[in-house]
Amino acid sequence: MIKVANLVKRFGDATVLDGIDLEIDRGEIIVVIGPSGTGKSTLLRCLNFLERPDAGRLTLGDLDVDVTRASRADILAARRRTAFVFQNYALFANKTALENIAEGLIVVNRWPKARAHARAREILERIGLADKADAYPASLSGGQQQRVGIGRAMAAQAEVILFDEPTSSLDPEWVEEVLALMKQLAAERQTMLVVTHEMGFARDVADRVIFMEGGRIVEQGPPSRLFNAPEDPRTRDFLRKVLAAAPSS
Amino acid sequence: MSVLDFDYMLGLVPILLSYLPLTLGMAMAGMVLALALACGLAVIRVLRIPGLNGITLLFISFFRGTPLLVQLFLFYYGLPQVLSFLTQINGITATIMGLTLHFSAYMAESIRAAIVGVDRSQTEAALSIGMTNAQLMRRIVLPQATRVAVPTLMNYFIDMIKATSLAFTLGVTELMGATQKEAAGSFLYFEAFITVAVIYWGIVELLAWCQRRLEWRLNEAYRR
Ligand SMILES: Nc1ncnc2c1ncn2[C@@H]1O[C@H](COP(=O)(O)OP(=O)(O)OP(=O)(O)O)[C@@H](O)[C@H]1O
Ligand SMILES: [Mg+2]
Repeated sequence: MIKVANLVKRFGDATVLDGIDLEIDRGEIIVVIGPSGTGKSTLLRCLNFLERPDAGRLTLGDLDVDVTRASRADILAARRRTAFVFQNYALFANKTALENIAEGLIVVNRWPKARAHARAREILERIGLADKADAYPASLSGGQQQRVGIGRAMAAQAEVILFDEPTSSLDPEWVEEVLALMKQLAAERQTMLVVTHEMGFARDVADRVIFMEGGRIVEQGPPSRLFNAPEDPRTRDFLRKVLAAAPSS
Repeated sequence: MSVLDFDYMLGLVPILLSYLPLTLGMAMAGMVLALALACGLAVIRVLRIPGLNGITLLFISFFRGTPLLVQLFLFYYGLPQVLSFLTQINGITATIMGLTLHFSAYMAESIRAAIVGVDRSQTEAALSIGMTNAQLMRRIVLPQATRVAVPTLMNYFIDMIKATSLAFTLGVTELMGATQKEAAGSFLYFEAFITVAVIYWGIVELLAWCQRRLEWRLNEAYRR
């Protein structure tokens, strides 16, 4: 289980996360939506300590830390319990698809190379890229790169995979294959926290949708309820705008 | 004007080539030391280590801002006057020292630029899976920075080989010094210096060829 209590993050004078409380059950799929600049990315980055939060308590499985007192070891432990999928894929350019997936197992988990590569091959099979094991990122399409990015996150066997707009950088032709892989993971009950503008994905896959604005959680609930009967006027306003902009999804 | 004395030139080649090990030895020693020093300076610059960063900037500015020949004279003739333990510094040592300091200043900046040039998002990705800073440097950043820096560093090595010819001004009989002596004995200055020029040229072309092969290999991961 994952628990975030009163998470606060400031950049200078700006309070970007203003006391976030959040509980995520094992196997739960949560989608976070909200306007630009609301702190969605910052929330994910704080869970992974890519940003250092200013206050709050974080529980990730057996790890429980006051973020202001987190030691170097706590931070590494938190990072092992969370995996991150980046908007721009962020694959290691000097490593093949296989090596990208195996890297964390070898370096962080200290698995022998043969075992890590065997696991990476299993994952490549699951993400449908077994034939690209030895391809370098530069030779892969955007969709393939992002699937490797997701494969790298899968290898970490984290408590939760954090997705920060995983399809936003993709050419439209590649979006579907990445969403399909995410749906496959959701069907396997991989715990996921997904920031996305793909309302169709949120509607079909999420157990719970969270609407954020101004560094706060404004409203949350199952997608059927939140999309059909939003309670807060800000949610209603936001949904009207995005659904008008993308009527097909 | 008489035609070139080809027999003399051909006879000169093996004599001059026997000084090649010294020329290349000074260049290689200078390169290894300069690389080590440049890596240290680059890391100080990248991490902006307080105190050391300022000293490094001053060092780089001085050694890039003054001619190598001035630096060599400073080490060979100047330093022994102020630092008594350096009284018997020989020309070879002074040359290697000068090459090291001079070229490390240039190389530090290329290495720094190469490190900084590695896509920041890969650093975050490495951190996100729980790598330490040292692991991410060793496995992700430095291999990519090397690829970027190597062509430039090879160019500096080529420059350094040519720069070893300045050692003759410190009384070292290397490739250039030997040519000078041979020419003074035969009075065939043009033949002697064109011969040594061709020898330098040949070495540099050989290295440039190695450089192209190395770049091809290093770029393997980035070809589409
Ligand atoms: N490193 C930083 N330094 C200063 N301000 C930052 C930094 N990162 C984010 N911010 C600010 O924090 C606010 C929240 O940013 P964040 O990226 O979390 O928003 P977001 O909800 O993910 O937006 P988007 O939908 O555009 O990705 C923004 O106003 C942004 O400018
Ligand atoms: Mg964002």
